[in-house]
Amino acid sequence: MNNLIKGEKHDWEMVIGLEIHAQVKSNSKLFSSSSTKFGSSPNSQVSLVDAAMPGMLPVINKYCVEQAVKTGVGLNAKINNYSVFDRKNYFYADLPQGYQISQYKYPIVGEGKVTIDFKDGTSKDIRIVRLHLEQDAGKSLHDQNPSKTYVDLNRSGVALMEIVSEPDIRTPDEAGMFISKIRSILMYLDTCDGNMQEGSLRADVNISVRKPGDEYGTRCEIKNLNSIKFIKQAINYEAKRQIEILESGGSIEQNTMLFNTSTGKTRPMRNKEEAHDYRYFPDPDLLPLEISEEEIGKIKLSIPELPDELKYKFIETYKMSNYDASVLTADKQTSDYFNDAINSDAELKNHSKIVVNWITSELFSLLNKNNLELNNSPVSPENLGQLVKLISTNEISGKIAKDVLEDMFTSGKTARQIVDEKGLKQVSDQGEIEKVIDEVIAENPKMVEQYLGGKDKLLGFFVGQAMKLTKGKANPKILNDILRQKLNKKN
Amino acid sequence: MKIDKNTINKIARLSRIKLDDKESEDYIKDLNSILDWVEQLNEVNTENVEPLSNISSSILPKREDVSKDTNSSDEILENAPDKLEGFFAVPKVVE
Repeated sequence: MNNLIKGEKHDWEMVIGLEIHAQVKSNSKLFSSSSTKFGSSPNSQVSLVDAAMPGMLPVINKYCVEQAVKTGVGLNAKINNYSVFDRKNYFYADLPQGYQISQYKYPIVGEGKVTIDFKDGTSKDIRIVRLHLEQDAGKSLHDQNPSKTYVDLNRSGVALMEIVSEPDIRTPDEAGMFISKIRSILMYLDTCDGNMQEGSLRADVNISVRKPGDEYGTRCEIKNLNSIKFIKQAINYEAKRQIEILESGGSIEQNTMLFNTSTGKTRPMRNKEEAHDYRYFPDPDLLPLEISEEEIGKIKLSIPELPDELKYKFIETYKMSNYDASVLTADKQTSDYFNDAINSDAELKNHSKIVVNWITSELFSLLNKNNLELNNSPVSPENLGQLVKLISTNEISGKIAKDVLEDMFTSGKTARQIVDEKGLKQVSDQGEIEKVIDEVIAENPKMVEQYLGGKDKLLGFFVGQAMKLTKGKANPKILNDILRQKLNKKN
Repeated sequence: MKIDKNTINKIARLSRIKLDDKESEDYIKDLNSILDWVEQLNEVNTENVEPLSNISSSILPKREDVSKDTNSSDEILENAPDKLEGFFAVPKVVE
């Protein structure tokens, strides 16, 4: 695979690391009992702690701690028995405390790794540096009034997990695959809802470019990207910008950038006269967070099967390719659907490839067309299983199955019902097919002559005619075989 | 460590506090004497001693994940100098 960008004098390589902010799926905030519900009226879910009223003290949410540990295990990472909450100090209108409670030197989760799978069957490990717990800030609206910023503190204090990767990523695609994989792990664990539109999952991207083999170049950080598409766009634009500067003899200034989603460009944040100086120090309001091996063990027991384990199980049980298995397991809905479909009939186990294809291409494209999610699919996994069974036993052809699936999708009937009602059962009876072929040959003497004269392509014409007469129900393989035999006999 | 004019200006800026020359001089003096006093601790050998985050020996109390519906907006906005439709309104900050 070529991951390099062509330059004027030499090729360039991107070096990318991600900081992912994942909102913990919890009822209440990290240090207060306010609700975390999305979309409520402004400032309606703000306790005196979240508003930083004098004298208020934070009390940690036990569940959020457990979710961070769970996620750490899912990232194959080391769980730290001892971690510390620090204050990260800065002034901003949506940060009433004047500091964010975060973890600096001693995060709750240490080094780990996740694997991404490529289409060509290869995979790559991306190392995780750490995961720590921190508070989210409030939300500022800048575009409602020319001279005012409006602030809503509902999000203030909601628990976030910040997941930091090593700069192991080399292309925008890998960055996209990495965040997809993290999202998938979080959703299997149910520790984050993974909703990027609502901002439950967002990323900062660190990127630099270098001549392959050289030391890392100076990096820039692009803040707050909330879709995989934007992450890729921002990386592409920023890499190009850096290469242009370097090739014209300039040097990269380490900077924090914002990505404009409508222009597709990055620009430096204006407010940079003050180089970030967060003056971290341990929060005197909070004792260190200690977790015993016993507690970690208990949390581990609650962890469900994760995408990678499931992937290997699928490869093993159904002899499917690494890529097929990774597509099926990327999303828990999909792997559940596949499981239910393939287990709906004992014989389907030997036809896993057909099951996979009918889910990931035919069913998915119908769902897409109708703007539906898999969990709202009008076709149940059992019914899809039944359809595949009809295909695998040659009762219906693949072509007719497509119409049947569409019918199932709109009418809600089962595959069997539709095939019976419409009489779509494939004709595999030799005698019946022979009769039709004889008819076709008899009606088209000129075509037969041309075919025998060497126009091999005309075979398709005869197949088409025979299919027309059987309303597409003739078993294509048998039809082809008999047709060839009969025509050649004429010779 | 010594606090000089530059350091005091930086600390003041980070804290969003405006100091005039006289105040700066006073703070430089005050902070330096505090630091000098604390620096006596350098006499203690702290090799191989982990930094202490907290002097209490009790453990971090935790709460269950139960949310309390408060509908707080009236109370929270009560002291706001400016507000609009449930939002705090502050001078424009755009980065």
